[in-house]
Amino acid sequence: MRRKWSGMALALGALVMSAAAHAAPPSAEMLSNACGGCHGVNGASAGPSMPSLAGQNKDFFIDAMKKFKSGERPGTVMSRLAKGYSDEQVVAMAEFFAHQKSSPAAQKSSIDRAKVAKGKSVYNSACKRCHLENGKDFEEDTPVVAGQWLKYLQIQMAEFQSGARKMSEKKTEKVKSLTAADWDAVAHFYASQKQ
Amino acid sequence: MTMERRNFLKLLGAGAAATASVGLSGYANAATSAGGKHKVVVIGGGYGGTIAAKYIRMMDASIEVTLIERNDHYVSCPFSNLYLGGILPDLSSLTIKYDKLAKNHGIKVVQAEVTGIDAENHSVTTSKGVFKYDRLVVSPGVEFRTDEIKGYDQEVMPHAWKAGPQTVLLRKQLEAMKPGGTVVLSIPLAPFRCPPGPYERTSMIAMYLKQHKPGSKIIVLDANPDIVSKKGLFLKGWKKHYEGIIDYRPAKKVTDVDNKNMSVLIEGIEEVKGDVINIIPPQKAGHIAHVAGLVGTDGKWCPVNPTTFESTLHKDIHVIGDSSIAGAMPKSGYSANSEAKVCAANIVALMNGRETTDMSGVNTCYSFLSEKEAVSVTGVYQVDKEKNAIVVVAGSFGVSPDLSELEAVYAQSWVKNILTEMSS
Repeated sequence: MRRKWSGMALALGALVMSAAAHAAPPSAEMLSNACGGCHGVNGASAGPSMPSLAGQNKDFFIDAMKKFKSGERPGTVMSRLAKGYSDEQVVAMAEFFAHQKSSPAAQKSSIDRAKVAKGKSVYNSACKRCHLENGKDFEEDTPVVAGQWLKYLQIQMAEFQSGARKMSEKKTEKVKSLTAADWDAVAHFYASQKQ
Repeated sequence: MTMERRNFLKLLGAGAAATASVGLSGYANAATSAGGKHKVVVIGGGYGGTIAAKYIRMMDASIEVTLIERNDHYVSCPFSNLYLGGILPDLSSLTIKYDKLAKNHGIKVVQAEVTGIDAENHSVTTSKGVFKYDRLVVSPGVEFRTDEIKGYDQEVMPHAWKAGPQTVLLRKQLEAMKPGGTVVLSIPLAPFRCPPGPYERTSMIAMYLKQHKPGSKIIVLDANPDIVSKKGLFLKGWKKHYEGIIDYRPAKKVTDVDNKNMSVLIEGIEEVKGDVINIIPPQKAGHIAHVAGLVGTDGKWCPVNPTTFESTLHKDIHVIGDSSIAGAMPKSGYSANSEAKVCAANIVALMNGRETTDMSGVNTCYSFLSEKEAVSVTGVYQVDKEKNAIVVVAGSFGVSPDLSELEAVYAQSWVKNILTEMSS
């Protein structure tokens, strides 16, 4: 018995010594865990202005990182951090977060019921063809927005309205008649949805 | 201290015998002594230790993890300057406990003082007994090199560089100061915990003085030749908000204090007086890292393998956070969080006989300039195999283009997320 364990110890010892030289490239988990300080454990955010990444559409994630990197999407820290990852690494992180279980943000008290009702009708007339299933499902590179943090949604919607964040032609056409109150109502509607 | 050392030596003797009889490595010890369960002990319940303990359990629930911390709670240093400035009413939102971490992840949390580490025998001596480990994670933060400031007394001139009672003391001193008074802030030579921290503190104290103590000023005595981090942004913020309140003086190293006269000496000669004096002393790795022989030839910090954070001086002991020499990664809360995850992943890999994974780390640090404006510094980090060191990935390192209200909003969520991650 003792001999067996000693043999194993020697084998493991050899591994330890070679660890630095022969380590594998960063795994998807290794890359993605580093995001958790801001975006929460496995991408489930606990901060109202910080988006949850858990359960996000992979293609949207990849597109967002690409746009942060190029400067097409306005960003603060993400405009810089996105530049630290290769295209392959971004895909790995996108897949990692897409596979995480999403949970709706704990924000009941900040959601206005009247706005949710108004937001639902705005959603039905302007948003539902791309943001499927009340924002729970997605099409191509649209994000999952159901159950996302209200504050984050409001910041993004303000950037769409100001023109700082560019919209696709399709989106521009769809939202052209929306008022600021309409945008805000949709934010409340999405935030109120369970994923 | 004498007692601690004696116990430690006694343990060393016992350890040598045990090692000889059992075998070569910690793995043999663990497998034979604990029915095949691997044991990890983590020292320190701050930004690094909590995350290392939690992620090891998340990645492999068969590993037994014990977290040893001297206090029953932890107060975050990041954001504690906002309490000094008056943005936060108290430190409660920056205080975490360990009960949920223990309950949710099956971590054994022990409130005890660590007195010794026996690297040969793979054990940690504490005020509550001896704990055996297969791998040990040491995350003790910083210790102050108070011997380099003659006469230093933290009860008179608080450092407030470990958040908690010291922060409260400094805040009370600021509140008690008469209008038209002078605050002196002394910054040590880099490297120290939180490179932009002293300049954020300067901003926050200046904000408090501007709002509550008309005619007062803050003299900043910086041992460094210039502002260490986010220089352009701090200078811009100071000019915008605190003209005439901040008197910044580079290359002024405080060497002596006079607690009765409330004055400091620069290089033993030039005297500066203050009504409130905040001395941030020069720093080194946490006390236990020195006791355990984990400190390198510089006598201050702990050299580690950049992939696993295993000490280059003692096998099976990993050092993360402020105490470690982590190449280009700054000594910040976010770095400690990121290093802990890298260390956890590779400890789990090693314990399962798997190949280790190259590190990928992140740092994001926010600093407040006023009630509503913050700035950040960011970086993505990886190992440069030729240099065998952690370097920053080109393009990812940088500071905010300007003071930003949006970054202040994001910063609030940063602290909420990172403290939630540490405590749940």
